[in-house]
Amino acid sequence: MTMIFGVPLMVFMGQLMLGLINGAFYALLSLGLAVIFGLLKIVNFAHGAQYMLGAFAALLGLQYLGINYWVALLLVPLVVGGLGALIERFILRRIAHLDHLYGLLLTFGLALIFEGTLINFFGVSGSSYPTPAALEGGHNLGFMFLPTYRAWVLVAALGVCLATWFIIERTRLGAYLRAGTENPALMQAFGVNVPQLITLTYGFGVALAAFAGVLAAPLYPVSPTMGSSLLIVVFAVVVIGGMGSILGAILTGLGMGLIEGLTKVYYPEAANTVIFLVMVVVLMLRPAGLFGKEA
Amino acid sequence: MSATQTLTPAMQRRRQAKLRRNTLYLVLIAIGLAAPFVAYPVFLMKVLCFALFACAFNLLLGFAGLLSFGHAAFLATGGYFTGIMLASYPGLTPELGILIGTFAAVVLGTLFGALAIRRQGIYFAMVTLALAQMMFFFFVQAPFTGGEDGLHGVPRGALFGLIDLNSNLNMYYFVFAVFLIGFAIIHRAVHSPYGQVLKAIRENEPRAVSLGYNVDAYKLLAFVLSAGLAGLAGATKTVVFQLASLTDAHWHMSGEVILMTLLGGVGTLFGPLVGAGLVVSLQTQLAQSPLGNWVSVILGAIFVICVLSFRSGIVGEIQKIVRKNFK
Repeated sequence: MTMIFGVPLMVFMGQLMLGLINGAFYALLSLGLAVIFGLLKIVNFAHGAQYMLGAFAALLGLQYLGINYWVALLLVPLVVGGLGALIERFILRRIAHLDHLYGLLLTFGLALIFEGTLINFFGVSGSSYPTPAALEGGHNLGFMFLPTYRAWVLVAALGVCLATWFIIERTRLGAYLRAGTENPALMQAFGVNVPQLITLTYGFGVALAAFAGVLAAPLYPVSPTMGSSLLIVVFAVVVIGGMGSILGAILTGLGMGLIEGLTKVYYPEAANTVIFLVMVVVLMLRPAGLFGKEA
Repeated sequence: MSATQTLTPAMQRRRQAKLRRNTLYLVLIAIGLAAPFVAYPVFLMKVLCFALFACAFNLLLGFAGLLSFGHAAFLATGGYFTGIMLASYPGLTPELGILIGTFAAVVLGTLFGALAIRRQGIYFAMVTLALAQMMFFFFVQAPFTGGEDGLHGVPRGALFGLIDLNSNLNMYYFVFAVFLIGFAIIHRAVHSPYGQVLKAIRENEPRAVSLGYNVDAYKLLAFVLSAGLAGLAGATKTVVFQLASLTDAHWHMSGEVILMTLLGGVGTLFGPLVGAGLVVSLQTQLAQSPLGNWVSVILGAIFVICVLSFRSGIVGEIQKIVRKNFK
């Protein structure tokens, strides 16, 4: 059997694939954080909780309403994103004029509320969400075994990331968004409804998190705490990449997933911490982040 | 009497304010000394440990304007190192164990501080959170921390080898003394020229740079001081409860200390003390009530309410009222 630095090829590719899947989630979540940060200038600490809400909405929808995976993939981001838009309209807007650290604290409080409430009803142990029938099984590619669902997650996550990039960089709405990031007051003077744009942006960022949650439901145990530990890693990814560029966020997310996967192959003890160590190195060498502009 | 006549009204007011402040301190110390005869000493010790932790955190947020989301790392480092030293070396007296734990937190604070101050604002918060999470995984995996179970049965020992700390009353007065020392250090730092520069950096960093201050050195010193005092609080807590656990290293703890400070009043000297007292009482009361499972939801709700409508905190609001009506 082919070996790569003393590790069988199958194992090596398998871990790399797992890393890439994790990376796709990092990319989706850090993208949502970056979109929200661009216009609202706050770090959405509730992002992990909203990702978890997405997974739970899919699970409960299936159990109680019989909503299948494909419908959930469309419906859940809309519902959770709508909830996000309401949060922005009625809570975040009231503190928009304050120091942006207050936004971080407020969304942290919201995350505690969401997480704590669900823990009370469902406990901390996770439930599993069945893989949709169409995506069961896998293919033997000769050098690795590729489960169909994982391949789909990768395609779907990257597709949504690229679509987001396209909307922001290539459409009129995206142009408004980028202009709003630069100078909201001037935008408003030109007749653009900036408050509405902000509500939509926050809702969209939250919807991205919820979409990631639905994608993750068949892969990981669905539990109320699934978002918070992931979010801290995503924060490290954001510090590494910087929040200035959309493509930068996507690339950094995937790259960090791969590095994590490689670490799992060669030095599993450090798999939990390797991304934080990369962050330390980046802070020492390039404090603004790989794709960030010096602030 | 002739000396008083030469004082300007401003100086007189300042002298009166100082007198009032000193009286307030004396009254509070007297309350602290009498407290264990009224309330359960172990509860009071818990409040004092968390109050010192929150005061240390407030030094950074309230006076340097730096929001650290990773202060649990220093609390846990102080706690674990003290616990390990006291458990492995039975001859070691508790005050030396606490000093070692505090020193470990200072070293960690220097490392983390040097990294974190390379970024500002929101990034600073995310960097400290990520670094603290790294320490959390370290404490989970390290062979000497007891993993998920934590360290148990840390001996309290005898202070200076003389005073038996197994008596809760003796222990309480020791913790009270530690708190006073920590508080005095913060009080001194805040009211010194150093503290003035810190506040200047908080208000307008580019301006402080243009005035020639080495801003990074000031921030780093504040970070190390804050980390060290947080470590002192953790170390003392380990001796009181005779255990060190992962709860102290979890990011929830970093959030709790922010809540204590915010609720009591950011940037006020007594705010963190009030906030710590309230949050610890709330947790103790809720744990015994049917609402026990809802603690984190209730804390989250207090967070939201504080940020939305109560940003000066309890002590801050009281100060506002006093300033408005009695000046």
